[in-house]
Amino acid sequence: MRPNPTAWSALLYGPLLWLTVTLLVYQAAQALHTRTRSAWLNPVLVSIVVMTAILLVTQTPYDGYAEATSLIHFLLGPATVALAVPLYHRLNRLKSLLGPIAGALVVGALAASLSAIGLGKLLGASDTALLSLAPKSVTTPIAMGIAEKIGGQPSLTAVLVILTGIIGAVGGIPVLDLLHIKDASARGFAMGLAAHGIGTARAFQIDEETGAFSGLGMGLNGIVTAIIIPVLVELLHLVG
Amino acid sequence: MVGGLALLLVFQLAGDLIATLTGIPIPGPVIGMLLLFLVLLVRTRVPEGLERASSGLLSMLSLLFVPAGTGIVAYLALIRQEWLPIAAALVGSTLLTIGVTAVTMQTLAAVGHPREPHDAT
Repeated sequence: MRPNPTAWSALLYGPLLWLTVTLLVYQAAQALHTRTRSAWLNPVLVSIVVMTAILLVTQTPYDGYAEATSLIHFLLGPATVALAVPLYHRLNRLKSLLGPIAGALVVGALAASLSAIGLGKLLGASDTALLSLAPKSVTTPIAMGIAEKIGGQPSLTAVLVILTGIIGAVGGIPVLDLLHIKDASARGFAMGLAAHGIGTARAFQIDEETGAFSGLGMGLNGIVTAIIIPVLVELLHLVG
Repeated sequence: MVGGLALLLVFQLAGDLIATLTGIPIPGPVIGMLLLFLVLLVRTRVPEGLERASSGLLSMLSLLFVPAGTGIVAYLALIRQEWLPIAAALVGSTLLTIGVTAVTMQTLAAVGHPREPHDAT
């Protein structure tokens, strides 16, 4: 008996199959990460690589997959709004260092986007790549929103953001040691500002104070970068 | 939980409305986050439903990036062509940002509290 072609294609391109596959792949990647504890086996990165391979092998067009999983994608919006809650909890605890935090925030946010654009431009990256690179230090939902606004590619940005987090988590502590940075507040804030949630997870492995400041750096940089990048792009005449 | 989720959506909607009406290039959800943050600063209390909805959503935040990130499948050619500038920009910029941020913060903190010694190793 042959399946009804309409029912068959509804299954192949419907939400049920692809939501199931995505959740199973993510679950497996999560288990792999728990077992190995390797920063390079970041569950998001592994899931994206596996899902990309599955789409390529099954010759499933990305548009169909995106539509089938739009439920997951939709939740990124409210999740971004929800970042206000942990940010509020942390800021309330850490009011004493407001001056140094404000200074480091402005300097760090400018350094993160300008150095990414500058290095990329110097080495001949295309405008698409530059606009997708610019928000790389910011937490993924905000970075994707920024990339979309300035004419970058949000999915390219998502992957670049995750790679940035891994680079920061692996290389950040050696840099801080090399520069003789001893304050837990400065170490944590820098990790979170430059390497968002993945850097923050690394900072929490050191101690609670480093982790809390890292979360603060991540949250504040998300706001500041969303405001300054569109202005920088305009000033640098990068047209999307 | 549903009340908290509704609240998050209300703030997102408000953010999207502001972004659309004013044309400012900040993503609507980021404006919504900023608004909620300001409201929390004024109210100095997080309602329990909001606390639960936000920690529930944020606990599966990583999963939410997977469908969007898989869109990379459309840019494999770009990455193959530009991997060197992209990789150099990522590594260079990330490590530089960590160094610059930490030095700025530690210096400003030392200026603010000159009596506090930081020489303990």
